[in-house]
Amino acid sequence: MKVTVTVNGTERSADVEPRVLLVDFLRTNLGLTGTHVGCDTTSCGACAVLLDGRPVKSCTVLAAQADGCALRTVEGLADGANLHPVQDGFHQEHGLQCGYCTPGMMLVAAALLEHNPNPSESEIRWAISGQICRCTGYVNIVKAIRHAAARMAEQQQVPAVTEPAAAAAGGR
Amino acid sequence: MFPARFDYVAPRTLDEALTLLHQHGDEAKVLAGGQSLIPLLKLRLASPSLLIDIGRVPAMAGISGDNRTLLIGARTRHADIEADTSLASRCPLVADAVRLISDPLVRNMGTAGGSVCHADPAGDWGSVMLALGAEFVARSQSGERTMPAADFFLGPFTTALRPDEIMTEIRIPISQGRASGTYLKLERKVGDFATVGVAVQVEMDNGHVARAGIALTAVASTNVRATAAEQSLAGQVLSDAAITSAARLAAEAAEPKDDIRGSAAYKKDVVRVFVQRGLRTARERAEVQR
Amino acid sequence: MSVETASIGAVGESIKRKEDGRFIRGRGNYVDDITLPGMLHMAILRSPVAHARIRSVDTSRAAAVPGVVAVVTGELMAQHKLAWMPTLSGDTEAVLATDKVRFQGQEVAAVVAESKYIAEDAVGLIDVDYDVLPAVVTPQQALDAGAPVIRDDKHEQTDNHIYHWEAGDKAATDAAFARASRVVTLSTHYPRCHPAPLETCGIVADVNPATGKATIYLTSQAPHAHRTLFAIVAGLPEQMIRIVSPDLGGGFGNKVPIYPGYVVATAASLLLGRPVKWIEDRTENLISTGFARDYHMTGELALDDTGKMLALRVKLLSDNGAFFADAQPTKFKAGLFHIVTGSYDIGAAHIVADGAYTNKAPGGVAYRCSFRVTEASYLIERLVENAAVELDKDPAEIRLHNFIPPEAFPYHSATGWEYDSGDYPTALKLALDKIGYEELRREQAAKRARGELMGIGIASFTEVVGAGKGSEYDIAGLRMFDSAELRVHPTGKAVLKLGVKSQGQGHETTFAQIVAEELGIPASDVEVQEGDTDHTPYGLGTYASRSTPVAGAATAVVCRKLRAKARSLAAHLFEASEEDIEWERGRFYVKGSPDQVKTIQDVAFAAYTNLPEGMEAGLEGVTYYDPPNMTFPYGTYVVVVDIDKGTGEVKVRRVVAVDDCGVRINPMIVEGQICGGLTEGYGIAFMELITFDEDGNCIGSNFMDYLIPTAWETPNFEMHATVTPSPHHPLGAKGVGESATVGSPAAYVNAVIDALSPHGITNIDMPVTSDKVWAALRSAGVDE
Repeated sequence: MKVTVTVNGTERSADVEPRVLLVDFLRTNLGLTGTHVGCDTTSCGACAVLLDGRPVKSCTVLAAQADGCALRTVEGLADGANLHPVQDGFHQEHGLQCGYCTPGMMLVAAALLEHNPNPSESEIRWAISGQICRCTGYVNIVKAIRHAAARMAEQQQVPAVTEPAAAAAGGR
Repeated sequence: MFPARFDYVAPRTLDEALTLLHQHGDEAKVLAGGQSLIPLLKLRLASPSLLIDIGRVPAMAGISGDNRTLLIGARTRHADIEADTSLASRCPLVADAVRLISDPLVRNMGTAGGSVCHADPAGDWGSVMLALGAEFVARSQSGERTMPAADFFLGPFTTALRPDEIMTEIRIPISQGRASGTYLKLERKVGDFATVGVAVQVEMDNGHVARAGIALTAVASTNVRATAAEQSLAGQVLSDAAITSAARLAAEAAEPKDDIRGSAAYKKDVVRVFVQRGLRTARERAEVQR
Repeated sequence: MSVETASIGAVGESIKRKEDGRFIRGRGNYVDDITLPGMLHMAILRSPVAHARIRSVDTSRAAAVPGVVAVVTGELMAQHKLAWMPTLSGDTEAVLATDKVRFQGQEVAAVVAESKYIAEDAVGLIDVDYDVLPAVVTPQQALDAGAPVIRDDKHEQTDNHIYHWEAGDKAATDAAFARASRVVTLSTHYPRCHPAPLETCGIVADVNPATGKATIYLTSQAPHAHRTLFAIVAGLPEQMIRIVSPDLGGGFGNKVPIYPGYVVATAASLLLGRPVKWIEDRTENLISTGFARDYHMTGELALDDTGKMLALRVKLLSDNGAFFADAQPTKFKAGLFHIVTGSYDIGAAHIVADGAYTNKAPGGVAYRCSFRVTEASYLIERLVENAAVELDKDPAEIRLHNFIPPEAFPYHSATGWEYDSGDYPTALKLALDKIGYEELRREQAAKRARGELMGIGIASFTEVVGAGKGSEYDIAGLRMFDSAELRVHPTGKAVLKLGVKSQGQGHETTFAQIVAEELGIPASDVEVQEGDTDHTPYGLGTYASRSTPVAGAATAVVCRKLRAKARSLAAHLFEASEEDIEWERGRFYVKGSPDQVKTIQDVAFAAYTNLPEGMEAGLEGVTYYDPPNMTFPYGTYVVVVDIDKGTGEVKVRRVVAVDDCGVRINPMIVEGQICGGLTEGYGIAFMELITFDEDGNCIGSNFMDYLIPTAWETPNFEMHATVTPSPHHPLGAKGVGESATVGSPAAYVNAVIDALSPHGITNIDMPVTSDKVWAALRSAGVDE
């Protein structure tokens, strides 16, 4: 079947079997290899992309389900040479090591900041709790997202409120 | 890990979907969000010849209702329920439970009706619906019918839904008096299935329990009501002693199995602890209402 | 970065990582991102049972699937003498099973097809007739008389025993025990866990039928060693093999061994003349590739009346699975476990280790650990906690009473190590100060009075990392040196090529900083290359925290070689005598005229344009560094936990980590390593587990059961440092990648035991899950 999506603002189509997973469609059919596969069981979020603006695990979505939808992948985060504040945050705060979880983490962070521009540490940890990072211990990922929030606030000239760095971590 | 081959249709109306389902029966599977079905397809534990994707059927999604009934379209995504801030006061049991379902990304894709129909005994929604006394609306070519949640779960992954039916709506009665509830879930990490889950709902009438709903997750072959515990509270003042006794009855109703998440004895005891904690929370919440 | 001349990214500067740019843009290049023209895809059929004789393998239905190009069986591999391969411990391992399957998940056959979907379809159509045999799932069962012999393929093997190994001095240890007033004993199982990097293992094998050159893109932490092993296994000439290890999505030891799938894919490419890709799925990764630990340990600690440790006695039994495939130096069958005396001045020690075959996956890699150092550190730190409980002493005090004193370095341990440097009391006291130890003890006393459960756990670990020296340490016979090749181009920009391979540790930044430190070339002007065996000097690879201690030293040494030549060139440019040339970072000048300088860039240009008579052109060199000793990083971790009496859930409230890894080249990267290690340590302590049922079925075969903590469970970490340089490393650095996974599990578990010991509970084996805590509490009569 023919699947057509608007990915990072550009309409793309390919003929695929109905069983093809969205992550394979992106990686194999569209050549967008920034989206990764980590677990196959909807557990790790390395394959996270934004489907109509919402983070989903593309290893557990059929390409067919995304037909006609808008997708955003890591390749669409930067605006040309200008990094998205989340990308800059991950670089500045050492929010990545091997880089494998990074695209998914950044996309979820970008989606979070769109509807919650100044998240607390615990809101950030909650938002990325469907994803696994094996390298960083999350501390710098949290800092990276807060860095991005502060930069976006600056860009919109809205003063960012900063939470003390030692604020409570996870746990319900 | 990839699914075996299947055919795929994405009908644009419910009638079209029902016609296809009628034609293909057991050979077809209805795909809502896919967060339970697609993993089964990838593990090749399910291999339908046709997937009927109801994701493009315009109705069946969204939260509505009035002050007597909360209506949740079967196709409503968990995340949309989570985002509805009115639920914290309208139905705190639902608001508490939805945050504990899988993880934030899965909640963006998975649907309440899909989860209920999947009928995993470790699924959370089933217990919530049992405790609330919800009803499920199903449609087929021959019409619409309504089933109480209490009659819906027949066995692991088995429901009263007929092969030609699609669930369209969840109806949750809203109590007119002081009422509240909560959901407690023991999980090993975010995204895990429950080791034990407990849904608790109490409706008070003049300081006494008018109705108690207590349902348990992952401790039986289906989500299951702790009927004796519920009955023990009916008409009672929600005292510490009544709570302790109901918690013990609920633990006795649980029939968990030993597994990697813990022993049967452990799970039964967590049922006791959670029912106790849940009833206390419900009592506090009901007391502060209005 | 400042526009002032000062910041060139030298040692000690937390410059941002040079490698980040491609990763944050989704332009990393991992093995699965590689697509070659005509590339085929491979899928592997694995045994569903733990132990069975193979009666027959029928591939006809699979071969008939449209799009299937080949079905590879053990029989076909045997025709090419590739059905078996050597392991890193000198044993043999089946590539594709021919006689028996010996663990659930063992490779039985493979399908090569036009797409990975078709390959997986066809794998399901291979019919194997198994004659199921009883499974042996514990090493204790394995060593029982009459246990089924798992390795009946080996003629000399009549039981399931693999090795017996001892270290230390038995007589001295027995004598010390005889005069001890107290003996504290702990028996514990360090469970089987898995490095589980987020990227699984994989390969794209491309054997060019025209040239015979095999280009192998591989998830490899040790590409050079793998090239040599490929040459030996496959019988290919080594110059015709090129291993390319591109970006790796984590490794943690999992990408040290060679796996059967690599051999099958390479053979398939050779036979079919087309590139073949094989990427594991997560289940394959967890059930068949290098697991870690699975160590049964009994420790006895002899103490005198004052709590002074006199001697340590340890008995070990390792569960090695179906093939002895531990990655470790040849002569150390229990790895470097004899670091088990840890941070303590213990006069005598004796270790007895045995290994056994079981019907479980082979592996024995060191999950973020330098060859069994993690198990050793865990055992001693748990013993010290229990000694404190039994002697009713504060666990901090008993440590301070027994630490190797700072003035005792270099210190010779009872098991034969020479510790290079350390100041253990300072690290412990800093950690106690940062966490507010006294106040926490007061809070704990108040909570205990109310019946609440709170615990404070300490671990003061010492690691041994940075293997070799080469005369003592090897992998599969290859001496453990490492290398660096530096080329400075005419414009003063440099390329540094290394024999190690980053899996996320930030080598492209850290090693550029060493060049900046030693030659004054800004780190931003240094490109670091790794992973391509045709274009980098031979090295043993990255594991066991050895990149900074070994390749870092090689980099410093090669820089110093180049600096010596640069000095000659500077003398030529100044028309001065070499003895009169002074160096300060990045520039030369003539004594007494510090304003007249020739920069390193000036000198580099001269190396290609203006040479003295008789000097070779160019400014480049290579060094193969053989370390004179190991390095001994250490630290103290303190953990605070609160325990829910109702459910047994443990909540980690705080973690303070003080690490001393010697000189920190990039403190930001060092802290990143520690943070990651503390999280993996948390996972190991509380949730990561691969276990088996009595039939040998693997439980923990995907990320729904093999639990890895998310941001929600993971505590925040407070990190602090002391700096005690290594005296023998050119930069004073010691290596840090594994400290936190080595040291932290005991701190987490000690915190739980500290909370529970008033109720008589002195041990819970890892992972400390809520059901185990609940069971311990209820047996002790503690209820909500």
